[in-house]
Formats: sequence, structure tokens, C-alpha cells
Amino acid sequence: MRQNFAFLDEHSKKEIRRKTLKAISIPGYQVPFASRELPIARGWGTGGLQLTLSLIGQADILKVIDQGSDESVNAVNIRRLIQDTTGVKDTIHTDAATLIQSRHRIPEVPLKPYQILVLQVPLPEPLRPVEPSERITKQLHADKEYSGAWLRLFEQIMRYGSITDDADYPVLVDGRYVMAPSPIPRFDNPKLEDNDGLILLGAGREKKIYAVPPYTKVASLAFEDHPFEVESFDDVTCRESGLTGVYMDELIDETTGETYYMTNDTSYMIEEMNKEGSVK
Amino acid sequence: MGYVAVKGGTKAIQASVRMYKDKQHAAGYEIEVEHIKANMNQLINQIMSEASLYDRDLAALSILQAEGNMEEAVFLLRAHRSTLPRLHYSTVTNTRDMFVERRVSASFKDIPGGQILGASPDFTHRLLDDDQSFAGNKTAEAYTEIPHTHALDALPKVIDYLEQEGLFSKKPEDDREPDDITKQSIEFPSSRSERLQSLTRGQTGAVTSLGYAEIRGYGYSSHPNIGEVRVGQQPVHIDPFDTGDAYYIGDIELTEVEAFMPADEDDMDDLGNTEKTFKIGYGLTFGQNETKAIAMSVLDYSLEHPVGDAATSDDEFVLLHIDSVESTGFISHLKLPHYVTFQSVLDRVRQTKGEHGQ
Repeated sequence: MRQNFAFLDEHSKKEIRRKTLKAISIPGYQVPFASRELPIARGWGTGGLQLTLSLIGQADILKVIDQGSDESVNAVNIRRLIQDTTGVKDTIHTDAATLIQSRHRIPEVPLKPYQILVLQVPLPEPLRPVEPSERITKQLHADKEYSGAWLRLFEQIMRYGSITDDADYPVLVDGRYVMAPSPIPRFDNPKLEDNDGLILLGAGREKKIYAVPPYTKVASLAFEDHPFEVESFDDVTCRESGLTGVYMDELIDETTGETYYMTNDTSYMIEEMNKEGSVK
Repeated sequence: MGYVAVKGGTKAIQASVRMYKDKQHAAGYEIEVEHIKANMNQLINQIMSEASLYDRDLAALSILQAEGNMEEAVFLLRAHRSTLPRLHYSTVTNTRDMFVERRVSASFKDIPGGQILGASPDFTHRLLDDDQSFAGNKTAEAYTEIPHTHALDALPKVIDYLEQEGLFSKKPEDDREPDDITKQSIEFPSSRSERLQSLTRGQTGAVTSLGYAEIRGYGYSSHPNIGEVRVGQQPVHIDPFDTGDAYYIGDIELTEVEAFMPADEDDMDDLGNTEKTFKIGYGLTFGQNETKAIAMSVLDYSLEHPVGDAATSDDEFVLLHIDSVESTGFISHLKLPHYVTFQSVLDRVRQTKGEHGQ
């Protein structure tokens, strides 16, 4: 069957771009959109994919990652769909891409002003853990009534002695909207702030688009006496590359049974290892 | 280092897809789309209804391609739907103009226009019949046409009788432009048109289960009466230039249900007494999908007339969880790799155990 360029019909793409413009205009605000079904399953990245498909042009260079890897099964699958329907060039090099779609990571290489990072979002509503109803959470955002989000963190401290929110740690965008940054690790939260590139977030099943425009203030929720903490890889070195200070995968050596670590952002790791005078 | 998923994803996926596609073809037993279209009408009806795309050829193709897997077939059609520009809405079509093939009332023994059983498995014995499976072509006995006194495309409705008796107070016509949840996502509180559209696209099993819960004990908790189930061919017209001169574009098969729900009148009478009346639940589906249409009518009622804390009275609970593509997609995504987030969880679990770091 003959396919459209970038799968969707042009009216749909136009609508998604209009909603995206609104999202950029109101940083952190979740803009409802009429999410289309795609050949990829709901919950597998269809929000991000709709953003990518609505934005991509023939001159774009595409990078798709999942769990920090260009070769992760879902990244391969999504990239193949985009390429099959557009024929655009792809790359694993973060710098070379104009459009980057990612699940669960912001790349280690900082974004450039010409780049758009699209994040796939499973659960866009940061208040959902404290309020199941959509009509009420919408009202709470309108009223900037975020005591539920704060109390949740406070109760964690009371119960466990520390904040236990792991990935998808809530942030306050531009001093106005509390936002779910998608399940990026806390390690990536600081990269949201004052970024040179445009970050778009798309939730297909929940039918929301939101954005962190370049140079926006983004603060992870925390208390003075319980500051925000990222995952700690302080004492850890990547066994493959010798890199430190990056997000690591924890692995087990099958022969020795020992735990070891490896850089999660594999394209970054390969680039670093190919540089002259690399650590390893 | 073999098992570390840094490289090799592409090859592994290609091999998996090839294996899946090869598996679909058992040599010598291939069937054609036309076979499915000719033999699997009810499956086609269910899939068109959940996919909200009325196209028997494409539904049959989706069944073949999905190896008969319902959720996959619906998914294929929904995805295809996203590639099509939506150029027209039909004009208002009235089910009083339906060419009726089947029509049953559970509320009255005899109804104006008569009960028309049509084709239905309702009164078959569910005994596995290997004649059917192995005999192939059976010679069909000729039907004797039962003469009918009414025009089948102008049958009266059972609800007219209740209305004449003053037992059903018809609501004023609502001529507002209906919302379209495929163009504007549902916002809560939802409108009735959003609810009806969402319910008719719902997964058959999910709609049936929630409708069942509503009448069994969590909500209305009582028995509705089916005023009328009708199945037939419904003419569809479009009026692209808004001239009032609409073009006929074809018939679609529909199932329509009007369920009578005994209920209190909204307002008390002059003496301050509450009167009983009948209210209505409405179901309408693509194709012959009678159970789903009945369950839909129950849920239409439960969302119009909420009862306490019943989940089936909560539009968000019902509408956000009955869509096949959404529920199967999110449940199945749990198979995807999650090791970045899991690492983050590990970090916090270890933190609470006071053994942070290693």
C-alpha cells in the first residue's frame, strides 16, 4: 500500500505542529492533542513518534535512542519506521543529528541550538500519583496548586529518611508548571535547564504534548534540607572506556560473577573511545 | 561481553520479524482475503467496530495479516486510519430509515412492525459441529420468504409506544455539532457525544465487562429492559458543498440498542412525590455487535446518571480504559527494556537500605 511521507496525512501533521507551537509558548504546560494511532503500539513511543513525524523534513538527519542506545530494540524499530516512510539519513552521532528521538535518556553530549530532542512520555501528569482524576489535575495546574506534589516528597522523607522518587522526577518549569520530565533518570534532570536545544515531550496514549524551550529555568522539586540528588556513580568507572561522571548501566560479569559498570550512552562512549588519547 | 545489548539490535529485530512472517505461511493451507470476507463476518464486524473504520475488505486483510489476533487486527486498521485525510462528515442519518434485517424487543411480546428474528446464533445449540468444519459446501435449503406487512425501511420504534403512554419523557433535540475524539482528545467532564463515540470504539470485552459490572452490583445494579435491538443497513449521505443537496455514498450495517432503565423522575410532582419513569441508554455500533451495543447502552446510561462512587459512573475510569489500542499497547510496552529507570529505582532502594553506592 502506498504510504504518505512520514506516514501521517498532512492535516494531522499540521494539527500536531500547531499544538507543539502552543506547547513551546507555555513551557511545561500539557497541551491536549488528538493523538493518532501509529503502526507502533501505544505506550511504545507513539507520542514522541508523532512529534518526530510531524516535524521531519527531507533534509533532517535523525537519531533514535532508547535506554541510551541506538541499537536498543525499540530504537531500531522506531528508526526503521521513520526511515521507511521518509527516507531521511540517520546517524548515531548526537552532534550530527538535527532531530533526536529518545526514550528514557537525554544524551551526554549537550544539545546544540539547531537540534530538537523529542522525548517519549508514558505518563505526562506529574500529579497523577496523588490525584487519579484528569479533570482535577487540570484544575490543580490552573490554580498552581502543587501542595500534593510537595507533600508526596515530604511523606517519603518521613517514611524512608530520603526522597525515594527515582526516574521521572518532577520538575518546576519556568517557575510555573510542575512537569513530568518523562522517565529520564534524575541524572538527566539538570540537563533540562538552560538548554541550547529545544526539548519536546509527547505522550501518545495520554494525548498530550509539552515542551521545554531553549534557555528555560527548570528546577527539580526539593527541600533546603533535602536537596535534589542524582543517581550516584561517584566511585564507578566504565569498564569498557574508562569514562567517569556519566550515567552507567550496572552489569554482571558472567565468568566472575562481579558487578561492573558501563557507559549507558553508547554512541558517546564509542565517540570518546575513538578520540586520540582516549582513557582506554 | 556477548549479552550486552550495545550492538546487534537491528539484526535481531530483522530476524525476529522474518521468523514471525515465515510462521504465518503454512505451505498448502494459505487462505485468501476473500475467504475471510466470505466466512468470518462476525469477526469482521467486531474488528471494524473496535477499529472505528467501516471497510470489510481491509478488515478481512487485517485478520489475515494478524493471524486472527483481534488486538493486532484492530491495531492495523487504526494505524491505517491515521494515514487517511478526513474529508467529510456525513449528514445526520436517522435509524428510523434503517433497512432492518433483524429487530427484537425484550420489553413487549408484540411490537408495532413485528419482531424480526433475522440471522442470529441466539437460539442455536452450541454443540461443536464437525459436519460444518469438514463437509465444505453444503447445499443450502431455500428459505421461504415470510411476508411482512411493514416497509422494512420505515419501521416504527418501540420507544414511540412508551412516549405515547407518557412513560418516557423525550429530551429536547440536541442539535449541537457533536465532538469528535479523533480530532480533539476527550476533556473532562466529557460530553455525551464524546462518550458515545468512545464507547462505540471500545474493546468489545472491556465494554461488555464494565456494562456487566454496572448492572450486576456496582452502580445501577438492576436489570435494564431492552426496548429494541435492531440490526440493518443504514444509508449514509454527505453534503460536501453544504447545499442541502446530499449525495448518497452507501449503506453501512449498524446495530442499535435502546435500553429502558426504570428510574425516578428528575423533578418531584406538585405534591412533592417522586414519580417513576423510564430513562434511556443508547448503544450504536458498526456491524452486528449486539452484546457490545447492549453493554454500550448500559454504560451510556451509567455515565449520564452517575451513582455514588461506582467506577462505571466515572467517565474517566470508563472512557480512558476501554480502548483496545491504548490498553493493549500500554500493557505490552512493559516488555520493552527499562534498565535506565530500573537503575534509578535500584539507586533509591539502596539509599533507603543505607548501603548506597555498591
